[in-house]
Amino acid sequence: MRFGTALLYSLLGMGVVFFALVLLMLLIRIMTAFGRPKPAAGTSGTAPAVSPAAEAPAGTAAAPGSAGELKLYDTDPRTAAMLMAIVADELQTPVNELRFLSIREIKE
Amino acid sequence: MDMLSVLSSLGKTSGFYLLFSDARQIVMLLLACVLLYLGLAKKFEPLLLIGIAFGMLLTNLPGSEMYHPELWDAYIAGQLRMTDILHDGGLLDILYIGVKTGVYPSLIFLGVGAMTDFGPLLANPKSLLLGAAAQLGIFAAFLMAIGLFGFDPNVAASIGIIGGADGPTAIWLTSKLAPDYLAPIAIAAYSYMALIPLIQPPVMRLLTTKEERETKMEQLRPVSQRQKVLFPILVTVFVVLLLPSVAPLLGCLMLGNLFRECGLTDRLSDTAQNAMMNIVTIFLSVSVGATAVYYRFLTWQTIFIIVLGLIAFEFATVGGLLLGKLMYKLSGGKINPLIGSAGVSAVPMAARVSQKEGQRANPANFLLMHAMGPNVAGVIGSAVAAGFLLAVFGG
Repeated sequence: MRFGTALLYSLLGMGVVFFALVLLMLLIRIMTAFGRPKPAAGTSGTAPAVSPAAEAPAGTAAAPGSAGELKLYDTDPRTAAMLMAIVADELQTPVNELRFLSIREIKE
Repeated sequence: MDMLSVLSSLGKTSGFYLLFSDARQIVMLLLACVLLYLGLAKKFEPLLLIGIAFGMLLTNLPGSEMYHPELWDAYIAGQLRMTDILHDGGLLDILYIGVKTGVYPSLIFLGVGAMTDFGPLLANPKSLLLGAAAQLGIFAAFLMAIGLFGFDPNVAASIGIIGGADGPTAIWLTSKLAPDYLAPIAIAAYSYMALIPLIQPPVMRLLTTKEERETKMEQLRPVSQRQKVLFPILVTVFVVLLLPSVAPLLGCLMLGNLFRECGLTDRLSDTAQNAMMNIVTIFLSVSVGATAVYYRFLTWQTIFIIVLGLIAFEFATVGGLLLGKLMYKLSGGKINPLIGSAGVSAVPMAARVSQKEGQRANPANFLLMHAMGPNVAGVIGSAVAAGFLLAVFGG
């Protein structure tokens, strides 16, 4: 086979791969558009903003043993470790690939 | 009875006597031991490399008579039927039937589908473009195999598919287009997949700026269960209609994924991921290794294939990265171009490399889930590319 012909086949091959995957991309977009749940009446459909109470107060100490970013509120380190392990198990993701910013006990 | 002549004839039929009849056999046995060392001690793709190396060891032990390439040559030439191979062949000839018919790679894809979460791809469909761009390696190696080394188009296409970084796809296509080259191509594909953490990072650092590598990406949106169930069905219908030749691979991949996602076939999904996958991996690896018979393997072509395989991997990485850079520019710096290199398949190794390089540039960077999208898109992309090459060169 001549190089020119091989080049043409290569361009055609890349074209077919792109065409197939762009087609799939459009398909996913259509599927997403139809599958999106309608927002309930009276809600704006946007994600609720984080309440000011959830913001970390300045000067809170980092949990011992964490990377220095995790902040604990009314939660002991043992419970926090257990919660992180449960979340990692639920998400089927190693715990070192997750980033926990803060853990707070919600009292009602 | 003349005991001396009995001992003499016994000695002449022993493997030790036959071993020294051709030094290339000893070279192959040493090579098999090196591959065993890489699999056992260095843990390079041990699940496959150990089986491949052991198959190579068995087939090159003189007198073992476990694999007969001449039977397969006669079968390809139409002088023998499959029943003749079943009758006259050795154990590895019989196991090789699964490779020759494309059954093992398809069943491996069934298991891969059952293990794969397409959620990151569905959450960010643009990932598919990166998976497509990374197939550049396949066609770059195909071009070089023809232009620089003068390979036949069938062999060049099989060499090119190494760039798909997908072992089962490479075996599937090569067993159909260039069965004589199956061993070097499979070994190159799996070896380079194992070496991805060494092959990709220098290219990734060379082609991206520090600012680009530091880019943090937004969290992916959640994907509904309904989307995950619909996806394998729709992909099968659309892609198989577009390229019917890809049906065995893609159909099995998507069936495995449907088992996983539908929530009703956990037992089947579990079997596909574990028991079936393990059994097929044993058969596939040993029979592929068996095709590395010394007088066919120790040629200049094998060395060219190893070189071209590396070039294919590098070009695949470059293709994904360049499109990643373009998407970085077009998105106003929201997409980290490092996820583009994960488009080379090699699930999940390539995605892990993107994550590692991203975190090296910015410790707060978490690219793994973002990179899984192009990574699984690469699996689909390489299957499509293989289907294209089979449709064009499969006759």
